[in-house]
Amino acid sequence: MTELTAASPAEIAAKTTRTVEIDTHSINFGPQHPAAHGVLRQILEMDGEVVERADPHIGLLHRGTEKLIEYKSYIQALPYFDRLDYVSPMCQEHAFALAVEKLLGITPPERGQWIRTMFAEITRILNHLLNLTTYALDVGAITPSLWGFEEREKLMEFHEAASGARLHANYFRPGGVAKDLPAGLEDRIAEWAETFPKFMDDLEGLLTSNRIWKQRTVDIGVLTAEEALAWGFTGPCLRASGVPWDLRRAQPYDKYAEVQFDIAIGRNGDCYDRYLMRIAEARESVKIIQQCLAKMKPGPVKVQDHKFSPPTRAEMKRSMEALIHHFKLYTEGYHVPAGATYTAVESPKGEFGVYLVSDGTNRPYRCKIRATGFAHLQATETMARRHMLADAVAIIGSLDIVFGEIDR
Amino acid sequence: MADEPAPEAAPAPPPPPTPAEILAADAGSLPGVISTQIDKGEIVVLAERDALYGLMSTLCDDPRFAFEQVMDICGVDWPEREERFDVVYNLLSVSLNHRLRVIVTTDETKPVPSVHGIWPVATWWEREAWDMYGIVFSGQPDLRRILTDYGFEGHPLRKDFPLTGYVEVRYDEDRKAVVYDKVKLTQDFRNFDFVSPWEAMTTLPGDEKVHTERAEEAKAKG
Repeated sequence: MTELTAASPAEIAAKTTRTVEIDTHSINFGPQHPAAHGVLRQILEMDGEVVERADPHIGLLHRGTEKLIEYKSYIQALPYFDRLDYVSPMCQEHAFALAVEKLLGITPPERGQWIRTMFAEITRILNHLLNLTTYALDVGAITPSLWGFEEREKLMEFHEAASGARLHANYFRPGGVAKDLPAGLEDRIAEWAETFPKFMDDLEGLLTSNRIWKQRTVDIGVLTAEEALAWGFTGPCLRASGVPWDLRRAQPYDKYAEVQFDIAIGRNGDCYDRYLMRIAEARESVKIIQQCLAKMKPGPVKVQDHKFSPPTRAEMKRSMEALIHHFKLYTEGYHVPAGATYTAVESPKGEFGVYLVSDGTNRPYRCKIRATGFAHLQATETMARRHMLADAVAIIGSLDIVFGEIDR
Repeated sequence: MADEPAPEAAPAPPPPPTPAEILAADAGSLPGVISTQIDKGEIVVLAERDALYGLMSTLCDDPRFAFEQVMDICGVDWPEREERFDVVYNLLSVSLNHRLRVIVTTDETKPVPSVHGIWPVATWWEREAWDMYGIVFSGQPDLRRILTDYGFEGHPLRKDFPLTGYVEVRYDEDRKAVVYDKVKLTQDFRNFDFVSPWEAMTTLPGDEKVHTERAEEAKAKG
C-alpha cells in the first residue's frame, strides 16, 4: 500500500492484494430439516460436497426440565420423563422410578416388576421401529416407515390400554406401576407377539440385503470400539462397534435377571451395523415380552404402603385413613430421605441415567438427566468428517437422535 | 487389601470385602482423594480440585479401575456453602463392570481442570455445566454455551435463578423481528409449600419444655 510508485492500477492491485485459495463454505443444516430428526442445527463446513467440520448447535428444544423438576414433588416430576425422549417414554420413567425407589428403599411387588420389564421391552420395539423406519426414510426408502407406523400403532394401543395415553404414559411409578393391566390385554399382547417376527422378516426383506440401502450405510460413519467408548457411546451404537455391553445383562434391574435373551454384537461399527443391532434387538425384545407374559402371576402391582402409593378409590370412599393418605400424597407427596444416587437403565438408545439428589424434602434437590443422544450427537463431527453431505444424514439417522431428550 | 490375612481363629471372621469395598479402598489410596464412602452400593469419592486431572487419568488408565467411560458430568448448587458447586463425575468401566462417582467442589471463579483430554465426550458435559451453573473448566478450549439461547445471560440451574427466568421471547409484528422482553406474568408465580406445618412445627407453643427434653433424650441415645 505504501509503494505507490508503479503506474498501472493492475500492478498496484497485484502487489497489495493476496489471493488465498479456499474452497470451503459453511452451510446451515437444519434446524427445520426433516432429516435433522427434530431441531438439530448443524453448521457444516464443506469442501465441495465433502464435510470438513460439523458443529452441532443444540438446545433449540430446551425446556428446562431439570429446573422444573426441582420445583415439583416426586410424583409430579415423573411425567416430565415421558416428554424427554418421546418415542421411548416408559424406559425413561423406569430410570426415575428406580432412582426414587433406591433412595426410598422400597421394592415393587413381583407383578409390578414383570409389567415394567414387559412394557420397557414394548417401548424398545416402539422406539426401534420409529428409528429404523425414519432412518430408512432419510436415506430414501419410504415403504419401511409406512409399514412400521402401522405396527407402532398396535403397540401404542397397548400403551393406551395400560395407561390411558398413547405417548405420555405416566405409567411406571416409584413403587410399581400406576394400575394393573386391563382384562384381556395380556392375551392381546401374546397374540401380537406371535405375529411380530413375521413383520420383522418383511421389514428386513425391504432393507437388509437391499443394494441401495447397503451402498448408503456400509462403511459409513465407522467408529472403532476405543473411539466409541471414549465418545461415551452406549446401547446399540456401542454394541455395533463390537463392545459386548448391555445394562440389562451387566447390571440387571427389575426382572431382567430372570429372562433369557441374546445380545447382538456388531463388528464394523458402521451405520449398517447399527441398523442390524436394532433389528436384532427388536427380535430379542419379543422373546422377553413372551417370557414376561408366561412368568407373570396375578398379584399387587405397586407397593402396599399407602405412604408411597395411593389407595384405591373404593377404599378412599370408606376409610378415613385412606382418604388422608390420598390427600397427603397428592398435595405434599412423600419425603425422600436425603442422599444421592446415579441410576441408569438400558433405554432403547443406550444408557439413560438419572442423578438424583434429595435433601430430605418432598421435592428433588437436583435431578440431572443423563441423555443418551447427548453423547452420541457430539461424536457426529468425528464420524462425519471426510464424508459426503448425504452420508452425514445417514450418520445422524443411525445414531437414533431425539431432541426432546438431548435438549431436555 | 489389608483385610486379606485375617486370623482364621477369630470367633466371627469378618466377611470378605465386597468388590465395591475393595474398589473403594483402592480409590481411597490414590493421591488427591479426600474421602471415600459407599452409599447404597454406590462408591463416592471426594477429591481435591487441583489434583483432579491426575486422579482421573489414573482412574482411566490403571487396570484396577479401567474407567473407559465418563457417563455424566454435572453440577449441583449448594448456595449456602463456601464453595457452592459440586462437580459430579459418574464413571463407568465396561470391562470390569463397576461404577464410581467423583465429586469436587468449586465456586463461581475457581476453575476445575477439564478432563476432555482423557475422555473427549467430556467437552459437551463441561459446556453444559458452564452453561447451567457457570462452572469454569480450565484447559477446555470450547467453553461455549450449549443448551440456552444465543446471547443468553445468567446460569439457569443456579438456585438463585428464578424458575420463570428474566426475559421472554416473542415475535413483534410491528418491528417484524423476534424481540426479548422482561418476563410479565399475568398470574403471580405460585410456589406451593405443601410441607405440613404440623410436622415442621416441632415445638408447639407452650410445649417447649417437653420438646427440649425429648430432643436431649434423643441426643443422649445417639
